[in-house]
Amino acid sequence: MADVTKNDEAVSDEVAAVEAAIAKPVERGEPILQVRNLVKHFPLTQGILFKKQVGAVKAVDGISFDLYQGETLGIVGESGCGKSTVAKLLMNLERATAGEVFYKGQDITKLSRRALKAVRRNIQMVFQDPYTSLNPRMTVGDIIGETYDIHPEVAPKGDRRRKVQELLDVVGLNPEYINRYPHQFSGGQRQRIGIARGLALNPEIIICDEPVSALDVSVQAQVINLMEKLQDEFNLSYIFIAHDLSIVRHISDRVGVMYLGKMAEIGTDTEIYDHPTHPYTQALLSAVPVPDPEAREHRERIILTGDVPSPANPPSGCRFRTRCWKAQDRCATEEPLLAIPQRFVGDDTPAAHESACHFAEEKDVVHAVN
Amino acid sequence: MPDVTKTAVENADPMAATAADAAAATGPAPQAEKARSLWGDAWRDLRRNPYFVVSGILILLLLLIAVFPGLFTSASPTYADLRNHYLGKPEYGKVFSAEWLGYDGQGRSVFARVIYGTRASITVGVSVTVLVTVLGGLVGMIAGYFGGWVDTILSRLTDVFFAVPFLLGTLVVLNSFTDRTVWVVSGALAFLGWTQIARVMRGSVITIKQADYVHAAQALGASTSRILMKHILPNAVAPVIVVATIALGGYISAEATLSYLGLGLPTSVVSWGQDISGGAQQIRTAQHIMLYPSIMLSITVLAFIMLGDAVRNALDPKLR
Amino acid sequence: MTIIDKNADVPAPRTGDAATPLLEVRDLHVEFHTRDGVAKAVNGVNYTVSAGETLAVLGESGSGKSVTAQAIMGILDMPPGKIPHGEILFQGRDMLKMSNEERRKIRGRKIAMIFQDALSSLNPVLTVGYQLGEMFRVHQGLSKKEAKAKAIEMMDRVRIPAARERVNDYPHQFSGGMRQRIMIAMALALEPELIIADEPTTALDVTVQAQVMDLLADLQREYNMGLILITHDLGVVADVADKIAVMYAGRIVETAPVHEIYKRPAHPYTKGLLESIPRLDQKGQELYAIKGLPPNLLRIPTGCAFNPRCEMAQDICRTEVPTLHRVTEQDGSELPGRGSACHFWKETIHG
Repeated sequence: MADVTKNDEAVSDEVAAVEAAIAKPVERGEPILQVRNLVKHFPLTQGILFKKQVGAVKAVDGISFDLYQGETLGIVGESGCGKSTVAKLLMNLERATAGEVFYKGQDITKLSRRALKAVRRNIQMVFQDPYTSLNPRMTVGDIIGETYDIHPEVAPKGDRRRKVQELLDVVGLNPEYINRYPHQFSGGQRQRIGIARGLALNPEIIICDEPVSALDVSVQAQVINLMEKLQDEFNLSYIFIAHDLSIVRHISDRVGVMYLGKMAEIGTDTEIYDHPTHPYTQALLSAVPVPDPEAREHRERIILTGDVPSPANPPSGCRFRTRCWKAQDRCATEEPLLAIPQRFVGDDTPAAHESACHFAEEKDVVHAVN
Repeated sequence: MPDVTKTAVENADPMAATAADAAAATGPAPQAEKARSLWGDAWRDLRRNPYFVVSGILILLLLLIAVFPGLFTSASPTYADLRNHYLGKPEYGKVFSAEWLGYDGQGRSVFARVIYGTRASITVGVSVTVLVTVLGGLVGMIAGYFGGWVDTILSRLTDVFFAVPFLLGTLVVLNSFTDRTVWVVSGALAFLGWTQIARVMRGSVITIKQADYVHAAQALGASTSRILMKHILPNAVAPVIVVATIALGGYISAEATLSYLGLGLPTSVVSWGQDISGGAQQIRTAQHIMLYPSIMLSITVLAFIMLGDAVRNALDPKLR
Repeated sequence: MTIIDKNADVPAPRTGDAATPLLEVRDLHVEFHTRDGVAKAVNGVNYTVSAGETLAVLGESGSGKSVTAQAIMGILDMPPGKIPHGEILFQGRDMLKMSNEERRKIRGRKIAMIFQDALSSLNPVLTVGYQLGEMFRVHQGLSKKEAKAKAIEMMDRVRIPAARERVNDYPHQFSGGMRQRIMIAMALALEPELIIADEPTTALDVTVQAQVMDLLADLQREYNMGLILITHDLGVVADVADKIAVMYAGRIVETAPVHEIYKRPAHPYTKGLLESIPRLDQKGQELYAIKGLPPNLLRIPTGCAFNPRCEMAQDICRTEVPTLHRVTEQDGSELPGRGSACHFWKETIHG
């Protein structure tokens, strides 16, 4: 695609620049991925032969965050909030409408195919549905081994079968299963195969889009533990996208809360879960059913009214105002920015983290009040 | 409702047990289980389906007749002996002999003609199907995968061809050829026949390209041709195979129709359509001339439709 | 109706009589005959639900929780399904012995079901008002106009805003949460005595989940219905259930009043499940994970089906199927409603 517009020389230069950037080591705790004002609008068109744009679904509408080397950044939100689109944008499976994604300082949203391929070696993905993410007509060996067909420089030909078997072993599957087909495995085992494929190129970043939500409770814990083990072993950075807030807290170092294509609040897991300041985060947390019947009498529950508005026509100002109990006139006219709320600036409190609300205020909704 | 079957089927997967999770904990797998591909499963299902067995045997027999007609009769289909002119009464005692099914107006053995006519029908049926599958499959795959304006143009083109009445259009095309060999007839049928396959393929590809394994391959940086050949095609081709198999019977009958109307194969080629056409003129006096080629034609078409149905059941277990 | 009641062994009280539960499932077995053999989906399930009571049936995929519900509703695909054993007593009468005609009268009118996927349970080409009104037209013989008025009333009941304006909308015009409300309205239309809700909120977002669960709980109280809530979510159960039955491989492995089970599980499987879910209110260390996978229903392990995954398993667990033992306090005093199908329940709960 982009190849067409760039001549060979420019492409080679670009590839060289990307290769150089990739080779740079990143210290633990330094940003490895920086997302700036990322936007994805899906055009709504009308007409059969001559399509005319009549609007856009604003799936992701200006999102910025950093991912630090070696950490897990959780992204939570309800369906339709754009969290899965973020994953696709980071993977370059969708082209961003605007904004940048810097991987080790190199913007990867506008790369040519060849340069992108080099980046892909280092950013991989684990998909949600273990039943559709593996090609049913390929053996496990071919599914994982395909990564080496595409990136032959990573493993010499004679070495591949052994490498695939090693990977199966790493994710806790019997290496002898290499010739089996995906439908011969259970959901949890398939997800392990998906993880093995993600690991095959030895990436630095793995983007996980709801990796355990399709699995049974007793199997979820196994996969979560595996992912944590692999993170330590291979020094991986994760972006962990999920709607299950408990699991996100368990695995994440930092958490971002998305609502209707925007980031509502972002901070460390303690800041978000124990000291949320955005009303949406508070409502979301209070709605999570907790497996403790004692808590059902002692927890304050905020039940939101209404549904999430359509991302094709989001409310003006603050997008959450239509369902917010704190909303005032200001919320309809002025869009709150994602920043440390004025009242907490300079304070050494866990409430002092970025929150996009005019009336940010701390409220503990997770712990039972006695 | 679908939940019941899903639960049942999912758990029917013997691997779930074999698994006893190889995952870390439990040590060696309790029993060795062979790799079972989806094609292998479909084949296992097919072999147990009586419709498949019957239609398969019939089709094998027809293919054998088409390739080696000499094995089934020593008589020549073109040898005419006017002494046998309309020797209508079939000699039922003389099975597989030249006299068995009687003679036609020019004194040619009906049995020999039925046997030798198989080749033309099967050749046309198979070659049209191959042409149509390749052409339609390609158009459908490109339209479905690339989408956008490519899809718009190819889909409209498909619609244009689809709108032409199939037989009428083929008649018009064939009318412009004086030398109508088997290949010309096949080409003319394929020229208007590819649209159905293209539509099926396009729909199938659009569904498959949204699967996560396609995204996974893209995320790995796989080339477009790899994605098409390794991921899309093997998964999208099943409905095409079904439609093509059933359509094969249709092409055979279309060829017979064209020959009957005099715009298909020329009289110099032995074919069922020609014989039905010739026999129709004597329908009052010598029914057997038309009867036997018609029976063969019906059996052939039926066999392919049955095969298509059996293949459909095997490839799409959801229909059961 | 009256005649049927006279013939019944036990008169069916609408409410209040604790002696006869609304629904009693006795030793129910369900199997599926598949290409690869017989899958034993339900292997001797017993439970009861009384009016006004919520029973949560908890289990993972393949535990038989949904199949049991489908057997009760009489919507099991037979074949491949088969019920070789068991009784399903509704107000004291065995539904499995009823004629199709009799069962149809119960279905919808006395027992209604709410499914997980509201979109595929509603007819996309008919308006929701028509589909809701159909219940009244078919079962109560109301006129078109009356049925529509009733439909609006039901939509109000399940708190759909602007019911009057939306009654002529089609299912796809509603959001997931609203569609689930419509499903609930349809289930409630004929004021049934028992509602079976199969994962009613699994497909919904957390904030909407809470709304729908609250609605369901309110309506249940209002109508004094029995409710069977089928779910895999330990959190949802804690919020609304009175008592819990935990299923594993087609058997009930533990029963308990809801408060008790979270504090002191008496079966290693329940215990493992509870320990394997991360907590919202604190950051944990490594998660506890039950090893292995749920069993294949074609080859359920001998003895206790959980034995290959159980840390407490002894030889007896591999040979003998544990019955549902009554669970008592250490001093032998009664723990009402508690049972555990584990040979070592004492060690599990008191150990």
